[in-house]
Amino acid sequence: MLGKLTWAAIPFDQPIPMIASGVVALSILAVLAWVVIKGHLPYLWREWITSVDHKRIGVMYTLLAMVMLLRGFADAIMMRAQQSVALHSQGFLPPEHYDQIFSAHGTIMIFFVAMPFMIGLMNFVVPLQLGVRDVAFPTLNSVGFWLTATGALLINISLVVGEFARTGWLPYPPLSELTYSPGVGVDYYLWSLQIAGVGTLVSGINLVTTVLKVRTRGMSYLRMPMFCWTTLATNLLIVAAFPILTATLAMLLLDRYLGFHFFTNEAGGNMMMFMNLIWTWGHPEVYILVLPAFGIFSEVFATFSGKPLFGYRSMVAATMAICILSFMVWLHHFFTMGAGADVNAIFGIATTIIAVPTGVKVFNWLFTMYGGKVRFETPLLWSIGFMVTFIIGGMTGVLLAVPPADFVLHNSLFLVAHFHNVIIGGVLFGAFAGYTFWFPKAFGFKLHEGLGQAAFWCWLVGFYVAFMPLYVLGLLGMTRRMQHYDVPEWRPWLIVAAFGAALILCGIVLQIAQLVVSIRRREKLRDETGDPWDGRSLEWATASPPPAFNFAVLPEVSGEDAYWKLKHPATGQGRSHEKPEYGAIEIPRNSPTGFVCAFFATMMGFALIWHIWWMVAAGAIGAFATFIVFAWRDHDEDVIPAAEVARIDGSNRAQRHAIFGKEAAE
Amino acid sequence: MTNGHHQAVDDSDVAPGDEHLEGTSIGQRVVGYLTGLGLAILLTATSFFVARTDLVWEPSIPVALVVLAIAQMGVHLVFFLHITTGPDNTNNVLALAFGVLIVMLVMVGSLWIMANLNHNMMPMDQMMQMQR
Amino acid sequence: MSTVALTEAHHGSAGREWSGPAPKRTVTGYGFWIFILSDIVMFSAFFATYAVLLGQTAGGPTGRELFDLHAVAIETAFLLASSFTCGMAAIAADARSTIWFQLAMAVTCVFGLGFLNLEQQEFASLVARGAGPTRSAFLSAFFTLVGCHGLHVSGGILWLLTMMAQVYAKGFRPDIQRRILCFALFWHALDIIWIAVFTIVYLLGSAK
Repeated sequence: MLGKLTWAAIPFDQPIPMIASGVVALSILAVLAWVVIKGHLPYLWREWITSVDHKRIGVMYTLLAMVMLLRGFADAIMMRAQQSVALHSQGFLPPEHYDQIFSAHGTIMIFFVAMPFMIGLMNFVVPLQLGVRDVAFPTLNSVGFWLTATGALLINISLVVGEFARTGWLPYPPLSELTYSPGVGVDYYLWSLQIAGVGTLVSGINLVTTVLKVRTRGMSYLRMPMFCWTTLATNLLIVAAFPILTATLAMLLLDRYLGFHFFTNEAGGNMMMFMNLIWTWGHPEVYILVLPAFGIFSEVFATFSGKPLFGYRSMVAATMAICILSFMVWLHHFFTMGAGADVNAIFGIATTIIAVPTGVKVFNWLFTMYGGKVRFETPLLWSIGFMVTFIIGGMTGVLLAVPPADFVLHNSLFLVAHFHNVIIGGVLFGAFAGYTFWFPKAFGFKLHEGLGQAAFWCWLVGFYVAFMPLYVLGLLGMTRRMQHYDVPEWRPWLIVAAFGAALILCGIVLQIAQLVVSIRRREKLRDETGDPWDGRSLEWATASPPPAFNFAVLPEVSGEDAYWKLKHPATGQGRSHEKPEYGAIEIPRNSPTGFVCAFFATMMGFALIWHIWWMVAAGAIGAFATFIVFAWRDHDEDVIPAAEVARIDGSNRAQRHAIFGKEAAE
Repeated sequence: MTNGHHQAVDDSDVAPGDEHLEGTSIGQRVVGYLTGLGLAILLTATSFFVARTDLVWEPSIPVALVVLAIAQMGVHLVFFLHITTGPDNTNNVLALAFGVLIVMLVMVGSLWIMANLNHNMMPMDQMMQMQR
Repeated sequence: MSTVALTEAHHGSAGREWSGPAPKRTVTGYGFWIFILSDIVMFSAFFATYAVLLGQTAGGPTGRELFDLHAVAIETAFLLASSFTCGMAAIAADARSTIWFQLAMAVTCVFGLGFLNLEQQEFASLVARGAGPTRSAFLSAFFTLVGCHGLHVSGGILWLLTMMAQVYAKGFRPDIQRRILCFALFWHALDIIWIAVFTIVYLLGSAK
């Protein structure tokens, strides 16, 4: 009746997961209770859960990412603590738990923190920067978000019902095969990622189509903001790479569920094919993570230097070069697997070549700042922090790209330090820069600057203290994922690293404090004009937050930095006083399709993991029925009448003129 | 000529799968599909023939089959999917080219890598067989 | 998404001034095209795996011993014919002729089901002979690759029937026309993938 599911699946005898789940469950109940009691549920349902507005979906993606960051970071703290004490000792985390922790840490950070953060920012910003009303497929956007949330939910359920995979964030066979991982852990991993993978693919299709086909009048390709170019490259990579992940995980699922022999020890399976395919996905994946961050930095450096981005065309060329080259280097993740010198050499050279376009970008950012009026506000601090940190990480990457060096350093803490260096320094710092930069646009008030700067410094110093020792440890011979060790030389470095993690924790606490304080002081931090940073691109032409339709009349673009051109003649000659001609606007109708679909996907995922076959069928039928109901809908769009558009836009413009008019008069 | 769907002005990018419809009658469109069908049948029959016959030099059979397959894919793309090289199809062709590039990289890359790996590191199964 | 104020939003291709967001049909068609390309990349992963595991028969039967080219030829004929009739359905949809559309779609469905029936028989017969997917890595790869294509055809049939129902219930509305366009793209793409399947798996696998 319930497949493999029994009461024994709940780890009553393990205090850590029980306490953690208890705390989380209580928090969720508390938040839900507050929402219901205060009567916010209809609002939440109408305005957020069933929303197909890219701005709302972008915020939800980002919120998901930030919450999952806390879970992933908790795993990190536990690992650092364990490694600080586990010299000649089992520490406090037995191997079966420690293995689940490092697997969950990596899986969550990559798939449910970094990806949603970047996708959330892209979703929110790109239509605004392109001067249009929404992405190409708004309802599909909602489906994509909710499927990603389903994946996150399944992983979190594994903490309290069953177990998680112990195979690391990429489940190499034969360890991940049924013979050596008979429990449900690997199945949780596989189904969670397959479902979230569909969500990501959907987002990829949506954003590629949006950037290529849905732009405002006059915005040719070479007039798009740099962030839109990196969005295009990123989503082309998603569309090209994620199907490979889907196929590979599907093959592992077939091995585990139906006794196939793709990667088994027996009957001719070849587990090295798994490594080959998974890294064919895995390398583009890291560029999927970092390219949006590069786009964010391009926007931030230009805005906070008061200058256009230096070398726009070379940036575009570099971005598209990275996009193509990222598909030609994947073997460097398994140099040591025995492909031989010829293969290793080709891929090693290709890997060093791919560093060149990134170098082009770094120099362009530097030249953007040079000669500008640089304002050292929080987004720029994150960007400068990125610059230094990412360069170090990149250099260690080029070192690892040399196969003979990699034979010494592969799977050591040197590797771990390298990828954290580039992911934290690149992706996470970019995420935080983007979060701070676009927060006022999303919510109508800025984040508290002082707390933002304090958080940045804690993160920056904490990162170096936490990860520079890992480079040393790698060179001293320490392997990754060690639950205990017996080399005394390593311990002091691990303790220093733990202290660094504690510093990062302070940074996170300060970021939470920043959010709370900013919400409480939002009237003082209010963004009145929609353009708090003296921005250059079209999102700053809208009110903060923008109305549902973004632009009352789609703007006409005649060059790069579209908004800058609109703005500067405007404050001089008062051009912005021209009232546009308003027409009625059609906006896509909200729909519960995404949420309901995800509900059935969760049902199916959970049922597949626990072999509850009737529930799988029910979920499948439910999902299909949801699509049919959606397909039978007669009204896709709501109409906002011209008078209403005029009223909303009129009040926004009046507010803006009140500030700009004052400034022009002074 | 009736269009069941709203077609935008002439110089618009065409959706993949749509044909450029001015001046073509239904009869002409059907003939287009028939031509594609005919060519595809020809190519398929040739493929089956080549695979089983003694008339073709054996080592060239795989090459011939691949060439015939690619030709037939081309027939499908042109006659059924209406992909052309006109400026209104540029985005469609570029996307297709990108997809083809990735497919080539995945297939050729995987085969090359796995061949090298298998040469140096025998798959477990064969290793176990050797140990018996 | 277009505004009433910009109804004349026609847009140029490369080289010309971009005149605004593309019409809905172009946007939808292009998005689905991108999806199809992603699906083709997924198939390429299965093809690559098949090619790598081709020789791993674990002492069991090889393709040459198992494949029945007569059945494959008929399957190919069915799919090719269904592609043609799908094209006819697309023309009928453009001409807004319900009768011809439903007829063409029904014939397409029959051909598709014929294909699936033959394939199911082939799979059943292989399993009965002890050459199922659990016998060896080669067979796992074979069943997965060909089976994945078959699953796509099955999904396509479900979609086909849904489109017939939609046209019956609501006529040739613009959004239904867009879905028909996407269905046609999907169905033709499946035939293109089948060309690769019958060439690489069956023909190359049985070549002397």
